[in-house]
Amino acid sequence: MGHALEELAKKAEIDRVIGGEAGQAAPGVAKEPVASRSEQKASPLYQGRVQVYPRDVKGIYRRVKWVALVVLLAIYWLLPWVRWDRGAAVPDQAVMIDMAGRRAYFFWIEIWPQEVYFLTGVLILASFGLFLATSLFGRVWCGFACPQTVWTDLYLWVERRIEGDRAARIRLDKAPWSAAKAKKRAAKHAVWLLIAMATGGAWILYFGNAPDMLVGFFTGEASATIYFFVGLFTFTTYLLAGFAREQVCTYMCPWPRIQGALFDEDTLAVTYEGWRGEPRAPAKKGERFEGRGDCIDCKQCVAVCPTGIDIRDGLQLECIGCALCVDACNDVMDRIGRPRHLITYDSARNTALRAEGKAPRYRVFRPRTFIYVALLLVVSGLMTYGLANRSTAHLSIERDRSGLYVTLADGSIRNTYEVRIHNKTHVDQLYAFDIVGLPDSAVGWVLGREPGPINELRLLGAADGVASYMLFVAVPRDDLETAALEVTFQVTSEAGDVTTQRSVFRGPQP
Amino acid sequence: MPTKIEKDEVTGVETTGHEWDGIRELNNPLPKWWVYTFYVSVAYAVIWWVLFPAIPFGPSATGGLTGSETRDRVLAEIERVEAERATVRQRLVGAELSYIQDDPTLFTYALTGGRIAFGDNCAPCHGVGGTGQLSYPVLADDDWIWGGTIEDIQHTIQWGVRWPDFEFDTRFAMMPAFGADGILTREEVDQVVDFVLAMSGRADEADPDLIEAGAEVYEWNCASCHGDGGEGMHVMGAPALNNQIWLFGGEREQIWQQIWNPRHGVMPGFAERLDEATIKMLAVYVHALGGGQ
Repeated sequence: MGHALEELAKKAEIDRVIGGEAGQAAPGVAKEPVASRSEQKASPLYQGRVQVYPRDVKGIYRRVKWVALVVLLAIYWLLPWVRWDRGAAVPDQAVMIDMAGRRAYFFWIEIWPQEVYFLTGVLILASFGLFLATSLFGRVWCGFACPQTVWTDLYLWVERRIEGDRAARIRLDKAPWSAAKAKKRAAKHAVWLLIAMATGGAWILYFGNAPDMLVGFFTGEASATIYFFVGLFTFTTYLLAGFAREQVCTYMCPWPRIQGALFDEDTLAVTYEGWRGEPRAPAKKGERFEGRGDCIDCKQCVAVCPTGIDIRDGLQLECIGCALCVDACNDVMDRIGRPRHLITYDSARNTALRAEGKAPRYRVFRPRTFIYVALLLVVSGLMTYGLANRSTAHLSIERDRSGLYVTLADGSIRNTYEVRIHNKTHVDQLYAFDIVGLPDSAVGWVLGREPGPINELRLLGAADGVASYMLFVAVPRDDLETAALEVTFQVTSEAGDVTTQRSVFRGPQP
Repeated sequence: MPTKIEKDEVTGVETTGHEWDGIRELNNPLPKWWVYTFYVSVAYAVIWWVLFPAIPFGPSATGGLTGSETRDRVLAEIERVEAERATVRQRLVGAELSYIQDDPTLFTYALTGGRIAFGDNCAPCHGVGGTGQLSYPVLADDDWIWGGTIEDIQHTIQWGVRWPDFEFDTRFAMMPAFGADGILTREEVDQVVDFVLAMSGRADEADPDLIEAGAEVYEWNCASCHGDGGEGMHVMGAPALNNQIWLFGGEREQIWQQIWNPRHGVMPGFAERLDEATIKMLAVYVHALGGGQ
């Protein structure tokens, strides 16, 4: 069992790489003592996690990331509080999934369980949108918008405010336990847990009236389910953003493995322009850059990387495309007086063109972007059509099949139907009823009422509810010309909206 | 079996030694969290073995320290559901039958409960959905031998038809064996068959001379129970003869048999088999089957 020994050796190796090799990359630019993922060798049985200590960085992409973070978190925490008037006895929350009432509300859209295909449409739109964005701009979702990225970024910000930047955090991790260390650790985890609870707490607000839910939660009146889900999301937020971090992207998430198929040479990606950077070497004071690469091997790009990779190794699975290394490198290039964008957010084609000294070319209109846009338009068109023509009622007819038909005393044939009217409007409706296709001699009655002509039936559908009626229909035997008569049930609302449903009237073989 | 473990040149990682059509597999290390999750799962399984029934031995299995038994849980669940239903059932027992139909909660409960009880107790003879069969009345139509009001139906379910256990309450009536006992001659029976056919609207199948003769036989022998116009009589259990529904078949031969030497159906009374609430639910359900009367 040389396993423990191997572990020790590995630990020593990591300590050496993380702690050592500090120095100067160029006058005024420190060489960052950091090892990328690929440099840190692992034991053969299983791979221990290599702790990543991303350094703070300033620049255009960092600013974009902050804006995205604030906007996305604001949406998440504030959206449940937006009100939307729908009339009395209906929730006035703009975005809400009412599990008990079986409705989903999104501003002016209201979805019943049987219309859940709209959700399919939304998911299709989301995936094609993601495909389009990825084929154009690379991993913008991963780098800027994914909840894992946003919350990890927020947690890192907290960590930095309390424990300090990269070097201070490494020192603190290695330092023996002391009152000061315990205080910092306690503060960090307390803030993390608070954020996690706020995250879990906001999640449930989407499933009920937000003000009531909040009061109920703090007065202990909420259901066990609610406390469970708040606990679950608190725990997962704390775990995934505080500890798992880049491992979620590398090991758990399928998306990094899929999107290779969406990339082509015109897709923007974070790229190290090797033609310009190599051969890399630290620069001495006053050294000219002719005959050598612009990369001074300062490793700032590795130090700021939230997934701990070296972008100079090329495009890789772990790169989430956040472009923070671009910011870090631009800063260094400014200081040594070399042109920016040695690491650039650009396409493979343009890197190659620049290497040949040609002007870059951007191709937005490519077959794949056309296809994605076309699919997006088709699906959103179908969705819009579906929503605009959404019926105000839904009719479901269930024919009683235990006994296909019954012969009555006067010889006429009776069928029994269970009629369900889903009234999707917010007012009671007295529906006019009819069955098209039956002989005029047919009579119908609802359990408890007198038989009469079918088109004189009036059925009440309570507002925003489902009304169920047992309907008996009798036809004189001589008027039945077929054993299975195709008929169409129809209800007409007070506003004149007609909803139909096909069924059949069965009798003996004539 | 692994054949040749070698180091892959590109990645510097060892292979597993497995090879499929020239494709070799890298032996990359597992993430640590994965390995620990696996160990935790193993520990969980061991704890489960100790606490819960797990390993089968012959007809039984290891019991586990908690003594957990799924059968007990089912029984507890049944008890819980019955306790939950107790209030509705009590209301059902206390309620007038006509009142049940006007109370949506009770009515829905009774219809559903009645449908289930019907499947368990009545469907073997009367058919699922009350479709009936030869010699067993259709309950989904609008023709009732012993009365179609909800109270009539309840009485029939409770005490049965010609059921010896409830001598005083059961529905009881016997039609004389007009032919077998020599009350009518063969000729007279033939005549009355034609008259009955005509009464049910099938005069085209009958001989006009026989109909006329049959009318007189009918008036003297049958009308007292089956009514002057063949409309039947619920208290006597005498079926209507002027319609299209025939319990023992509507063919000429079958009608003749029923007059010559009648058969009589028997239905058990359910007063001692089912509780009051269930009988009421059945009455509500059967009443609704026929479209209500």
